Order: sequence, then structure tokens, then C-alpha cells
Amino acid sequence: MMDGFKKHLIQLSILLLGLVVAAVLPATGLVNDYLQFVLISVAINAILCVSLNLVNGWMGEFSVGHAGFMALGAYASAILTVKLFPTAPAELLFPSAVLIGGCTAGLAGIPVGILSFKTRGDYLAIITLAFLMIVKSGLENIPYTGGPRGLLGIPRLTTLAWAYFWCVVAFWVIRNLVYSKYGRGIAAIREDEIAAEAMGVNTRTAKLVAFVTSSFFAGVAGALFAHQLQFINPSSFDILKSTEILVMVYLGGVASLGGSLLGAGVVTILTQCLQPLGTWRMVVLPAILVVLMLYRPSGIMGYRDWAWLKPFFPLTPRSNEKKETETGEDLQ
Amino acid sequence: MSALLETRHLTRQFGGLCAIGDLSLSVNRGEILGVIGPNGAGKTTLFNLLTGIYPPSSGEILFEGRPIAGLHPSEIARRGVARTFQNIRLFRQLTVIENVRIAYDSRLSCSPLGVLLRTPHAGFSERESVEASMELLDLFELGSLAQNRAGDLSYGAQRRLEIVRALALDPKLLLLDEPAAGMNPSEAMQLTDFLRWVHGKFLLTIVLIEHHMQMVMALSDRIEVLDFGVRIAGGNPDEVKGNPRVIEAYLGTEGELP
Repeated sequence: MMDGFKKHLIQLSILLLGLVVAAVLPATGLVNDYLQFVLISVAINAILCVSLNLVNGWMGEFSVGHAGFMALGAYASAILTVKLFPTAPAELLFPSAVLIGGCTAGLAGIPVGILSFKTRGDYLAIITLAFLMIVKSGLENIPYTGGPRGLLGIPRLTTLAWAYFWCVVAFWVIRNLVYSKYGRGIAAIREDEIAAEAMGVNTRTAKLVAFVTSSFFAGVAGALFAHQLQFINPSSFDILKSTEILVMVYLGGVASLGGSLLGAGVVTILTQCLQPLGTWRMVVLPAILVVLMLYRPSGIMGYRDWAWLKPFFPLTPRSNEKKETETGEDLQ
Repeated sequence: MSALLETRHLTRQFGGLCAIGDLSLSVNRGEILGVIGPNGAGKTTLFNLLTGIYPPSSGEILFEGRPIAGLHPSEIARRGVARTFQNIRLFRQLTVIENVRIAYDSRLSCSPLGVLLRTPHAGFSERESVEASMELLDLFELGSLAQNRAGDLSYGAQRRLEIVRALALDPKLLLLDEPAAGMNPSEAMQLTDFLRWVHGKFLLTIVLIEHHMQMVMALSDRIEVLDFGVRIAGGNPDEVKGNPRVIEAYLGTEGELP
């Protein structure tokens, strides 16, 4: 019992230390603007990757609509900061804008979740594709947000500390979900939906929880993305954006928190490092992907996780105790 | 004796094929009911109807006096109807204990939001689910395999795990679909003793589909015989054994062969 508590405390202090470092680092001048940009991108991509992994990895579906949810979050938050409250203090405005961006995307996750009750596999993939197309062409035809030209002049509010904070929240919440009743239900749906239902898993609730949580964090990432680049237009959220996230998921590892972190980190940093190669960099990543699919189809960390990313369980001693008393009763 | 489960004029058609036709039977509390019949007689379809995987075309299913036809399979499972599958359907990629926990989880009451933010209640239910599942696994001598992938277990252990998983639901009625499939006669006899022990230990009512006649005869209090979706005979094992219609269904009519 004590042991688990101590571990929690250590983990919490490491996370807080990370937040302090993320807040102080830019001020020290040790990292230049470019490096900061890359680090923020890693955090945003990690949020996108872990949230897509919930649907594509843990639930075993194939969603290509993640960029659509991201777009909703980006636009909803940017409308708040650019159009509605341009003069509000950023310390208050930005967190609420990100949260509202997430909620907007989360709400949009409900209909897609409901459609997934009866539709699976390839057919659901096509539904998510349709969703992405609806969002994109919808945004292109709304004059209020600039139509195809997009929204300009978004304040640069995404700091390293905020990106880090939301990244930790995303991983924490998704970890809580994955190691819970609903998370196991989601994995059971992937393994065998009929058996899951026969074992009392409410598959509808599980699917809704998966889609809403996944799209919520896609929206959060979209909001951070908008306030990092300061400019968004509908074509920043096309199928290519979804593909980019898919690559991270399948490279890092399906159904894995560590894999999501790894996938986002490797892909983001690699694309930056390969800049000098010019057009040839477009060849490297797909080539890595092909090799990986041949030798490790579930990704680097597929279906596994590092121990420090799992919740702690102080329970082995107690279950042993119980066993002993039980056998004792039997003897009497 | 009161009936735990009752079907009234239950019918299920697939296109023009009548898989179950006007079937009325009842399962008494605490008994072991054997369901036999040649291949394609509709036995598994009957299970799929009882567990809600298919809705019936017509007719009623009453569990503890309440109609359950048309409910979502997970709701039927939570009311106390558990099953195993003819071709083992474990969650192969998941660990042994996770397989059991998924069934146990349906008893936990925690809201999705509580889980996402990991309230203390959600944490306690996690612990409850691990401990109860581990206890159950230990009881069936699968405790040492708890962290293995279910798909890596031996065939016999997988069959056993499927029964443990069903028991984790704390069912009132257990439906076993050919639990002895792929076993040799001595393994089947072992399974017979095992099922008898499970039946007594968990105070269950069991419906058993099986082709191993020895096992069905040894275990069942009563036997129902289906052929082409229709009940053709029923009664205690001895009555069924001597029934000419049963012999006919299994072996064909006299003089049919050239």
C-alpha cells in the first residue's frame, strides 16, 4: 500500500518538475525558437497520436477522420481568441479556448461513435473519411472563418509549458481509461465483439467513450496547433494530416501509450532532421514504414507498455492473504 | 420446480430456412439440461437466441419470468445468462486475468467520467476486479498463468478459461456449447467431473450442448432432442436413449440404405 503511494508521489514530482522545466526553459535562452517549435510539435503530435491510438489501436478500428476532429478544435478555439474575445487576458482565455475546442470536437465524436455501433472495419473507415470530407468542405464554405483562405492573425499562445501540460493530461486520462472497465471493454471489442457482448460488455457505451475521448483530445491538439502556427485553413486538415498521425500510430505501436510517445517523437524529429535531403526525405519515412510492417506489423511497441506508464497496483500481498485464509477454512 | 428459463413458441428463420421452429421448452432451477441433436439441428442457434445474438423471428423467451427477447446481449449477460462458445472465443491478445476481468467488470459500477479522471471509487473498483478475478483463477488452478496471453494457453486450459470467464459474470444460468469438442474420451470424463463440481460449487443451472453421448448421459438430469429446429423428444436420459425417433434422427430410418 505504502509502496504504491510512494511511487505515485515520485511520479507526480517528476511530472511537476517537467512542467517547471518547460516553463523556465524558453526564458533561459538555452533553446532557440526553432528547437522550441520542434518540442511543441512533438507534444501536439503525441496528443494526436495517443488519442487516435485509442480508436485505431485499442479498439482496432481504422479511423482516418482524426484531422477532422482536429480541425473542429482548431477552428472553435481560434474563433474564440480571434473573433469573439480578442482583448481578453490570455491567461484565462487560452485554457478555456483549448477546452472548448476539445469539447466541440468531442461532441462531433458522438455521431461518429453512434454510427460505429453497427458498422465496423472498412465500412467504418469510409464513414470517418466521409466525416473528414464533410468537415473540410463545411469549413471551406463558411465565410465567417475565412472560407478556403482560412483564419489569420491567431495570437501565438501555445507555449512549451501549455503543450507539455496538455500532453500529460492526454496521456493520464487515456491511461486511466485504458486500464479500466471501459478500456478493457474497448480491447475486448477489438478481440471479439460477440464474445465481449456475451460477457456483459456494454459495447455501445464503450465505443462512445472511445470516440468521444479520442476526438476530445484531437480537438485539444487542434487548438494548440492553431495557436502555434497562428494561421489555419481547411486544407491544413486534409487526409494527409490524418495519414501523418496514422504513420505515428503504426510506427510507434498500436494499443500502447509508450508507443504513441515514441511514434510522435520519432516521426516529428525525423522529418525535421531530414530537411537537408530535400525531396528525398519523402522517401525515407515510407521506406521505414514498409520495413516495419514486414518485420513488426504492430509497431515498435505494439500491445506492450513501459511499466512506468501503467498504473501501480498494491495488491499482491492482500490476495495472498485471502488465499491462505480460504484454504484454512477448507481444512477445518 | 420453478422454471428459470422458458421459451414459448420460439421461432427463428434465416431466409427460407427455419433454424428453430415453434420451440417451447423450460429449464428448471438447479438442473443440468442436455440438448442433443444431429449437426444442423439448431442447437447453437438456440443458444444465440437465448443470449440475444439473434433476435427471434417470433415467440418469447422468459428468464426468471421476465421477457428477455430483443434485449442487447450484454444486458442479458448482466441479468445472469453466461455462455461458452463452440469454437473457443477468448480475447486471445489479452492476458488470462484480463479475460476474466472483462466479464467481472460488468458488475462494477463506475461512470465513464469517474474512470477518465480516476476518482477513488474507480481506483477501488479496479482493485476489487483484480482481486476477485485472481481468486477465481486460483480456484481453477489458472492463477500461475494469470499474466500469460490467453491465446498462448494449451487447448484444454483455453476451454477451462472460457468457463472461468463465464463464471466471473456470476451467472444464474450457464450455457455450454460443446465443452468437450476436440477432447478424447478420458479428457471428456475428466471434464464431466469438473462440470459436476462447478455445478455444485456455484449453485448453477446448466444447459449443455454436447455430442459426447457418454458425457451427456452422465451429467444431464433431463435431455431435449432437436432435429431440424424442432423438438422431437425429451425426458430423462434413459427415456431418450430408447426413443425410436431419436435413433431415427441419428441413424436414419430402417431400410433407407441400399
